[in-house]
Amino acid sequence: MSYRIQGATGEWEVVIGLEVHAQIATEAKLFSGAATAFGAEPNSQVSLVDAAMPGMLPVPNRECIRQAVRTGMAIEAPINAWSRFDRKNYFYADLPQGYQISQLYHPLVGEGSIHIEAGEGAEKRIGIERIHVEQDAGKLMHDQHPTRSYVDLNRSGVALMEIVSRPDMRSPAEAGAYLRKLRAILRYVGSCDGNMEEGSMRADVNVSVRKPGEGFGTRTETKNVNSVRFVMAAIEHEAQRQVDVIEGGGRIVQETRLFDPDSGSTRSMRSKEDAHDYRYFPDPDLPPLVLDDAFLAECRESLPELPDAKRERYISGLGVTAANADVLIAEVSNTRFFEPLVAELARRTGKAEADVARAASNWLASDLFGALNRLGKEIDASPVSPAQGAELLALVADGTLSGTLAKQVFEIMLESGEDPGAIVDARGLKQTSDTGAIEAEIAKVLAANADKVADYRGGKDKLFGFFVGQTMKAMAGKANPAVVNELLKKALDG
Amino acid sequence: MSVDSATVRRVAGLARIAVSDAEADALVPDLDKILGFVEQLAEVDTSGVAPLAAVIPISLRLRDDVVTDGGDRDAVLANAPQAEHGFFAVPKVIE
Repeated sequence: MSYRIQGATGEWEVVIGLEVHAQIATEAKLFSGAATAFGAEPNSQVSLVDAAMPGMLPVPNRECIRQAVRTGMAIEAPINAWSRFDRKNYFYADLPQGYQISQLYHPLVGEGSIHIEAGEGAEKRIGIERIHVEQDAGKLMHDQHPTRSYVDLNRSGVALMEIVSRPDMRSPAEAGAYLRKLRAILRYVGSCDGNMEEGSMRADVNVSVRKPGEGFGTRTETKNVNSVRFVMAAIEHEAQRQVDVIEGGGRIVQETRLFDPDSGSTRSMRSKEDAHDYRYFPDPDLPPLVLDDAFLAECRESLPELPDAKRERYISGLGVTAANADVLIAEVSNTRFFEPLVAELARRTGKAEADVARAASNWLASDLFGALNRLGKEIDASPVSPAQGAELLALVADGTLSGTLAKQVFEIMLESGEDPGAIVDARGLKQTSDTGAIEAEIAKVLAANADKVADYRGGKDKLFGFFVGQTMKAMAGKANPAVVNELLKKALDG
Repeated sequence: MSVDSATVRRVAGLARIAVSDAEADALVPDLDKILGFVEQLAEVDTSGVAPLAAVIPISLRLRDDVVTDGGDRDAVLANAPQAEHGFFAVPKVIE
């Protein structure tokens, strides 16, 4: 069950800790009024504070603090009503100040944890040591000029949360589950959009190996890995490399490494030996950050229902299967579709939500997700709205549509965006329970297939399905299957 | 605490200040004196005294999340020794 690396000298256990940098979703930067929008023209979102012009003073953005506090509350961590900013000093071309404003000694958020499921029902809590707020650096481009690096300071000064886990993970799968769960929580809270492709969320991956039961080995840190898949690949590669080094008689050096997505391997990022002496000290420009009870109360009251609570309510309260519940809660956008869908379906059918939620979740998890997958669309861009989905399911519930007809109507909805009721009316797709019409078609089918009727009556029961199919075909798919079955039985069995 | 020449060169390196070996040697007694002067503070018994976070008893003022700045690329780049295509251009910093 446990993840182990098979080495020449026996089994090795992998120990993983993740430092996640999550960009706080705000309009303006942490200490300046410049914009944070992704993809702007270079250096067009830079204030003189971000460019570190002499004499400029930082003033913190309340919303950055508020979102970090709400995130802390969501991982059940204590909030430090008194915290402080420190300077982390180093020189690099992407950091005009010569220091990053961060929080070393007195972070905003203390110790919390999140619950993960790493497949096969393997549950675990992963500890989070702290969350602190800090500035992002600018962006360097090295491939535009033979002897120059280009610097874009648009990202300089954007607010980040650094979310530091404990070394509690023991496999790439657990690290992947942790990242996905953390991203889901950030998206529920609304504190970060979790978009790893755009760099809104990046992970520094700490890995070490040891023989099971022994103390921690020396770790390496692989910087700035920007997808869940890459994090898992980096761990796998780095752990194997460490085992090979140790078993080859070598020693692991504590160092910073880079992940190369093309080869799936990590390599040493030499240099900056000195740079690790950051000479932190309290930022004299920034007095302590003191949060009052009203501020903290608003943060807590504005927290939405979180994934674990939602999963529990979907399963025990609404009767959704555990498998569907997992799919639904994985992304907050799914729940924002599902909940209005259920509410509207309950309203239309006059039933309780608990009586319609399972059907709604099945439709969402199979039909709609299947269609969106096929169309390459996210649920936010679904051509079918929750209200339209509910109308469709209500038409099935009241017998207007059979399952087959509903699928037909759904396909038309996907293409046209029309309401299901209008489609049914305009195209005459209503299911019929008109026994006279169905009996007339049955009579024709039996007359045209007299040989098969004889076979059936002679004991070939399986032919019943053939007659159902023929009758449905003659009715253009619109006959109520239950009525067809009943009438066919009567006609065939006499 | 006593400072040696290697420490002076290391501190200078961290601060990106060019210091020749001769200058570094000359700075050793200076830095030693400065540190010795500051170390007098250690003579005061501070057990039971909370660390002072700020000299005046104030806390941070916060601002609203509104875009009020930026959008002036030319001003930002005006003092750069070299700028190209809207970027700062600096000596290549990749290994």
